[in-house]
Amino acid sequence: MSNFTREVCYVKDENGKFVKGLSEGWETKQIALDNAWEEIERTVEEVKKEVLEGKVSPVKYFMELRIMDLPVLAGYTGFWSWQIKRHMKPKVFKKLSDKKLQIYADAFEVSIDDLTNFKG
Amino acid sequence: MKDFKHIQTAHCENGVTVNLLQRQGLDFMTEPLAFGIGSGLFYIHIPFLKVNKGPAISFRSMPGAIFKRTCKMLEIDVTKKKFSSHEEAQKFLDAEIQKGHPVGCQVGVFHLMYFPKAYRFHFNAHNLIVYGKEGDNYLISDPIMEETTTLTTAELDKVRFAKGPLAPKGHLYYPNEAGEISDEILRKAIIKGIKHNTRDMMHIPSRRLGGKGINYTASQIRKWRSKHGERQAGLFLGQIVRMQEEIGTGGGGFRFLYAAFLEQASEILQDDRLIGISEQFTKAGDMWRDSAVQMAGIYKGRITSQKDFDHSADIMNEISAVEKQAFVALEKLKLRP
Repeated sequence: MSNFTREVCYVKDENGKFVKGLSEGWETKQIALDNAWEEIERTVEEVKKEVLEGKVSPVKYFMELRIMDLPVLAGYTGFWSWQIKRHMKPKVFKKLSDKKLQIYADAFEVSIDDLTNFKG
Repeated sequence: MKDFKHIQTAHCENGVTVNLLQRQGLDFMTEPLAFGIGSGLFYIHIPFLKVNKGPAISFRSMPGAIFKRTCKMLEIDVTKKKFSSHEEAQKFLDAEIQKGHPVGCQVGVFHLMYFPKAYRFHFNAHNLIVYGKEGDNYLISDPIMEETTTLTTAELDKVRFAKGPLAPKGHLYYPNEAGEISDEILRKAIIKGIKHNTRDMMHIPSRRLGGKGINYTASQIRKWRSKHGERQAGLFLGQIVRMQEEIGTGGGGFRFLYAAFLEQASEILQDDRLIGISEQFTKAGDMWRDSAVQMAGIYKGRITSQKDFDHSADIMNEISAVEKQAFVALEKLKLRP
């Protein structure tokens, strides 16, 4: 936190009045944030395995990698959530048109090749 | 833009509100005042929405509400615009900057390049001020940052048109010219703000809102360990702490900010009774902090028994009671301008 910005907080001065202070961060919330990222990385690894085993399509992998969920991905692609869920099935994914693949590629900021030749 | 003054605040929307109103000549405006007049204090355990499969909780009112209500209570008109076209959005912004008007913009954080990656989630209700343009760079005053910064045209376009829930759609806003704000208007605004906030926290008939909402979350916490397992349940607690202590809360789930507001209100209204109530909110803020430390014990894996989850829930029940008492006290004051 402190290598990015200090943040304003409100603390009492010696007369018991609130004044603006600058905080360098707090361990308690730093750990919560670190845990959240560990969990994201764990999920990404798990889904990567599932893609390589042919259980889900790369759409799911890149969604997790870009820390998106269905509503966010729906926002970026214009697809409905139920369509995206279908596209996460490897069989359906293989038949996607280049046009649809391009939409996913743009949303994930990768190339179509990253999607169709998934190496993880 | 000449003589633009950057103001750092705890919360982004407060910051934009304070800065733009001070520019309209409201020199007295502070972050606690904007937060209190805009009745920013809140608690909601949001239904149907999950964040990382866990609870979605907010400790303050809906995005945009603080700016809107603060201006309304002070009888200042505002200009607000959303756009479907990126070009129109940029054209409108450029024209305002040309005229020398700094403008508040709602943006998404995921592509906000001056934030470190660890803080960039898909949160679409961040606020900043655009106050000028040099070449291809927009001059940005982000209230949670210590210094001003810049974004290129493409970068700014991307964050103004972030997608997903609460998508900003290029939303920009600023107060129109304000006349003299009399003492009477200010006093009325403070009292209306307090009443509105009391109503929001106490009298909305939903078990997920206000003081009842805090107890609702507590009752969920008691079930999490057996329902989701230790690890997942611990992550959910971490999520509560992150929302309560995220950048921009000023700590203690915004309770210290509200305590500071009541302290300033007591001076302006010359009513010492508010000091005592301010102290109750300080106490609530301290309790939220203690609660975070206790929850951290769980998500660090130091204490993970059902008893520890129950303890977290107990603390939240106590906080709910303290806050209820404070709002009842506010209500009993029967403030008059």
